[in-house]
Amino acid sequence: MTKTIYLDYAATTPVDERVVKEMLPYFTQHFGNPSSVHGLGQKAEAALERSRHEVADRLGARPEEIIFTSCGTESDNLALSGTAFAQREMDGNKNHLLISPVEHHAVLHTAQLLQHRHGFELEFLPVDEYGRVDPREVRLRIRPQTALVSVIYANNEIGTINPIAEIADLCRQQGVPFHTDAVQAAAHLSMDVVRDRIDLMAIGAHKFYGPKGVGALYVRKGSPLVAIQTGGGQEASLRAGTQNVPYIVGLAQALRITQEDIDNRARTLTALRDDLIQRVLTSIAGVYLTGHPRQRLPNHASFVFEGVDGNDLLMRLDMAGFACSSGSACKAGTPKPSEVLTAIGLSPDLALGSLRVTLGSGSTADELDSFVDALPGLVEQARASRRRA
Amino acid sequence: MADRQRIVVAMSGGVDSSVAAALLVEAGHDVTGMMLRLWSPPETVTENRCCTPNDVALARRVAGQLGIPFYVLDARDIFYREVVQAFIEGYRSGQTPNPCVGCNHLIRWGFLLEQARQTGAAFLATGHYARVRRVDRGQVTLLRGKDLGKDQSYILSVLTQTQMAQTWLPLGDYKKSDVRALAKRFGLSVAEKAESQDLCFLGNQDYRDFLVRYSPDLAKPGLIVNQSGEVLGEHRGLAFYTIGQRKGLGVAASEPLYVIEKAVTDNMLIVGSAQSLGRTVMEIAGFNWISGSPPAGFFRAEVKIRYKASPAWATVTLMDSEKSRVQFDYPQRDITPGQRAVFYQDELVLGGGTIDRVFL
Repeated sequence: MTKTIYLDYAATTPVDERVVKEMLPYFTQHFGNPSSVHGLGQKAEAALERSRHEVADRLGARPEEIIFTSCGTESDNLALSGTAFAQREMDGNKNHLLISPVEHHAVLHTAQLLQHRHGFELEFLPVDEYGRVDPREVRLRIRPQTALVSVIYANNEIGTINPIAEIADLCRQQGVPFHTDAVQAAAHLSMDVVRDRIDLMAIGAHKFYGPKGVGALYVRKGSPLVAIQTGGGQEASLRAGTQNVPYIVGLAQALRITQEDIDNRARTLTALRDDLIQRVLTSIAGVYLTGHPRQRLPNHASFVFEGVDGNDLLMRLDMAGFACSSGSACKAGTPKPSEVLTAIGLSPDLALGSLRVTLGSGSTADELDSFVDALPGLVEQARASRRRA
Repeated sequence: MADRQRIVVAMSGGVDSSVAAALLVEAGHDVTGMMLRLWSPPETVTENRCCTPNDVALARRVAGQLGIPFYVLDARDIFYREVVQAFIEGYRSGQTPNPCVGCNHLIRWGFLLEQARQTGAAFLATGHYARVRRVDRGQVTLLRGKDLGKDQSYILSVLTQTQMAQTWLPLGDYKKSDVRALAKRFGLSVAEKAESQDLCFLGNQDYRDFLVRYSPDLAKPGLIVNQSGEVLGEHRGLAFYTIGQRKGLGVAASEPLYVIEKAVTDNMLIVGSAQSLGRTVMEIAGFNWISGSPPAGFFRAEVKIRYKASPAWATVTLMDSEKSRVQFDYPQRDITPGQRAVFYQDELVLGGGTIDRVFL
C-alpha cells in the first residue's frame, strides 16, 4: 500500500496530540456532571468554565457569550432558528432572512426549512465570480422586516473570504443581527468578534485539530436568541443537555493552539498554496481556479477541470494515494453540481469537474511535489473516461 | 503471495458479489470494489434494482467490512446511449431485446473493465455463476456454473476472448447454498435480494409504460389477425406484445389465442392456437464465438433461446459469416426475435447470436 497523502484538511483534521492529552482525564478521572453539586461535579464545571473563558479569549468575546454545542452545524442551526424565532416573538413583522448563496448546507438548509415550514421569507444576496458578497448589496436589501443576515466567513468549497467586518458593521448600524459561519475560517484566520462587529458566530473543533462532535456558538450579549434544543438549564438555558466536558476541553485547547500562532502558520501555508495553485494552473490545460486568488483561506486551493467528472478524479487520486475532495461530494455516483459553484456562474457541467485541495499541519513541499507530478496524468485519465462515458 | 493480483470487483451490495469480493480478499489479492451508477428514469432513482442509494450503502458497508476501497462510477450516460436506446430501437424493429446482454458486453465488460484496467487492475471480477478456464496457448473458455440452477453463463456468452482473459469469476465452482454459507462465515451482513426478471432501469414500472413515455411513436395501433389472415381485433402497437403472450389481447375466440408473430412491415399482430406456437427452425445473426471462431460449419449443440429457457438439442448450420440456421430436434415454444440464442456442448459455452427470424 502506498502511504496516503492527506490533502483534505477542510473536511476534517487529525486531533492534535496535546489536545488528546488534555481531554483524557475528563473521561475517566474527572467524569462528573458539571451540573452536580458534589466535588466531582465542581471539578467538571471548573474545566467547563475554564474552557469557556479560553474560547471567549480567543474569539475576543466574553465567557457568557459562548454556548457549547455538538458541532458547527448545530451552532448554525441554533443561530438561525434561535434568532429567527426570537425576532418574530418580539415583532411579528420580522420574517425576512437574508443569506448568501454560498452558505454551507448547515445554514442553507436551515434557512430553507424556516422558509418552507415556518413561513419566513428567504432572500439570497448576490455574489461576484469569486463568491464574495458585496457589503453594499447587504445595505440595499436589509428592510425593517429583516430578522437576520447570515454570510459565511470563508467558504468551504472555494475558500473565498468574505468582507465580514464591513457586512457586520452595516447590519449593526441597521440593528439587524448578523451571523457568520466561521467553521472554516477559525482554523486559519485570527478571530475577533468585537473587531468584526459580529453578533453570532459558529465554529466546530474538528476543523482546527480538535475532536469531532463539539462546536460553539458565540452570541453577543443582547442578541435575541431562543433555545432550539430544550430540556435542562445548561448553557444559560439556550442549549439543554449535559455538556460534553472532555470534548469541550478539547475544543478550547485546540482553539488556543490554533489561534496562538495563526499568522505564522498562515504564511507558511499561503506559500505552499500559491505554489500549488500556480503549478496546477500551468501544468494542465482547461483548468480554472475557483474562488478568489488572494482573498482565500491560506490552506485552500480549489479548481474546476473541463471534461472531468470530479468523483472519477477523486477515485483516481485516492488510488494513487492522495486524499482530496470535490464540490460535488457524492458517494453514490449521482453527482449534482454544487450550489456554490453554480452560484459563482460555473456551468453545471464544469461544476461537476471540481477538485478541492486543502493543506494543513502535516503538509510538506515534498507531498505537494508528488501531488503536482501525479495530477496531470490522472486528469488526463479522468478526461478519457468522461469521453468514454 | 506469488500470484497476488490487482482485481476490481463489480459490487452490487448483494450476497453474490459480496462473497466474490470476500473470496478474493481471503486469497490475498489486492481488491478494489466498484459499482456502476446506471441510468433510470429520474423519478425512479430509488427503485432501480441494481444501484439504488440503498444498494450503494450496502456495497459500501461490505467493502468497509472487507477493508477494501470502494468507488461508485457514474455510467448513466453511456448506459442510456448504449443500452436503453438499443432497447427502444429493438422494440421499434419488432424484436424483444434483452438489454442485459448489451449491458454486460458494453457496460460491465466495456466501460467498467476499461476503468478497472486504467486504474491498474489486471482483472474484473463479478459474482456471476459461471466459470472461466484458462487453457492452452492463452485461450480462455467459458463453462457453465457448477450450480446449474443458478448458471449465468447465458448472460456472459457475449464476451470476447480479450474480455474473458481479464475476467475472474470466483463463484463459478460454488453452489448458491455454499455462497450463503460463505457469507455467514465471512460475517457479511448482506440481505438476500429478491430475484427479479424485470429490467433494472424500469424500476417498478411496466416496460410498456416505459416505452410509451420514451418512444411514444411505438404506440401505433394495427390489426390483430389469425394465421389465415382474418381480422380479429386491433392492437395498441406491436412493441406492447410478446411472442407467446395470451392475456390482454382483447380478442374473443372459442379457444385461447397466443401471439405467434409480429409482422412489422404490415404492423400486424398474428395470433393462433396453442398448437401453432411451436417452431423448429430459427435464423440467428450477430454471433459471438467465445473461442473466436465457430467449432465447425455444422455442429450439434444444446441451445437456450432465453435466459431462463431449458437447453434444447439442435443442429446448427453456418450459412455464412453473418448468419446461421438452427434446427431444433423438437418444436420450441416462444422463440422470440431479439433474444439471444446461446449454444452449449455439455458444460462448455460455445457462444451465441441474436434470434433474427423464426420458421415453422
